[in-house]
Amino acid sequence: MSETKATLLKAPFELSYKYKRSSGPIMSQVFEGLAKKKILGSKSKANKVYAPAAEYDPHTREALTELIEVGPGGIIESWSWVHQPSNHHLIQTPFAFALIKLDGADTAMLHMISDCEKSDLAIGNRVKAVWSETPTESIADIQHFILDI
Amino acid sequence: MKKVAIVGYAQHKILPNAGALNEVELIMPVVHKVFADLGISQDDIGFTCSGSCDYLQGAAFAFVEGLSAIQTYPPIKESHVEMDAAWALYESILKVKMGDADTALIYGFGKSSPGNLDSIISLQMDPYYIAPLWPDRISLAALQAQVLLQNNIISPDDMMAAVLEARQHGASNLNALLTDLLTEDLYGSDAFKSSPLRGLDCPPISDGASAMIIASEEKAFEYTDNPIWIEGIDHRIESSNLGSRDLATSPSIESSVQHLQLKKVHFDVAELHTQFSHELPFLRKLLNLTNVPTNLSGGPLVGNVMMCAGLDAIGKTFEAMVNDQLTHGLAHATSGPCLQHNMIVHLERHS
Repeated sequence: MSETKATLLKAPFELSYKYKRSSGPIMSQVFEGLAKKKILGSKSKANKVYAPAAEYDPHTREALTELIEVGPGGIIESWSWVHQPSNHHLIQTPFAFALIKLDGADTAMLHMISDCEKSDLAIGNRVKAVWSETPTESIADIQHFILDI
Repeated sequence: MKKVAIVGYAQHKILPNAGALNEVELIMPVVHKVFADLGISQDDIGFTCSGSCDYLQGAAFAFVEGLSAIQTYPPIKESHVEMDAAWALYESILKVKMGDADTALIYGFGKSSPGNLDSIISLQMDPYYIAPLWPDRISLAALQAQVLLQNNIISPDDMMAAVLEARQHGASNLNALLTDLLTEDLYGSDAFKSSPLRGLDCPPISDGASAMIIASEEKAFEYTDNPIWIEGIDHRIESSNLGSRDLATSPSIESSVQHLQLKKVHFDVAELHTQFSHELPFLRKLLNLTNVPTNLSGGPLVGNVMMCAGLDAIGKTFEAMVNDQLTHGLAHATSGPCLQHNMIVHLERHS
């Protein structure tokens, strides 16, 4: 054994996530677009438009790289009315979760419909996006949808 | 490939709030029960696999603690799925079929009472397009109910019948959480949670655990004269892109039915992992079970232990076939929003 005293090693400990998270080549464009009030969908070889943009076609498995703008209006494909919102919901007055097929898209997007009554909602009704004025490059940059009558 | 049979199953009484009973204390009695039924111990088990959800306990690798319920010395071959324990059964069947083990112990456990299940399940969704919107599990299920109603695939009366029947069946299930009978008036006056779903259309918050033992063809007859064979098992998943799915049908179930060649099988009993009332008439129609006794246990509407209710559907089918000497049973397990991921199990008893 050596006579020299071991040097006490020290390192700072900071509890944090020290990595950058990327949304990838397709979805990062979608989120950047949302912050600029644009909704992007992705188009397959068979001209099927997925919106919001998908990275791959779930049926043909082809990589989807062509992005096109869709919406900001669309039609309700399904809806469910939240009678008493919980603390975790982003809207605290009664609202609807809905599947919305945006203009120019072939698939629907999950989002929320607010500022309306339950009796105003029906499959096939038109809605349009209401944008957040403090975008964070997230799907919630669309604050919610409202009826477009 | 080796044939595989279910030889034992035990379920903890489903509790609304297990309180201080922790997961280990829920698992231990059911594991001891299946062992005692067969007169065996952990030493006789070649592979052990569990299913649970760390999000429920709110800690990474929380499932590891579950192993405290079983004997792990000398070291055992063991695995876990962050899924319903029906998928732990699937992994175990592969192990036995490949000859890596002759017997397997499967257990599932879940305590939903300590947290807010709606917000927890939201966090398990697609983190880009869905989770940031915090959709609760009931609202997501309601989106499919709305589509099924709109297309006249089911009716509001079908949903009410599913709820009332579940309670009637639950009354003879000793482990059921909800057994009090309901009337049409009580159902009709129940408040909507997320239209078109009322509170009674949704499963109760449940705590519990279940265990199952499977064995290879050679071993099965050591434990029982009448093993229940896993004649077919198949699971398929649909896109995580909810809006790209056709919620009026189930391509995943349809392809499993075709793959397992179930069209011409006459089933004597079925147990479906249908958590919300609209899912039962929908799947009964889709699986051609309209005249088949289905969810005689009451199903998830009378007790729905997360990560366990799918294994319970298989276990309850097994129990019914053993007790009533039935020939063909069908069990279903599901995972994900709006029946995204489905498993179909065909059980058979040779006479």
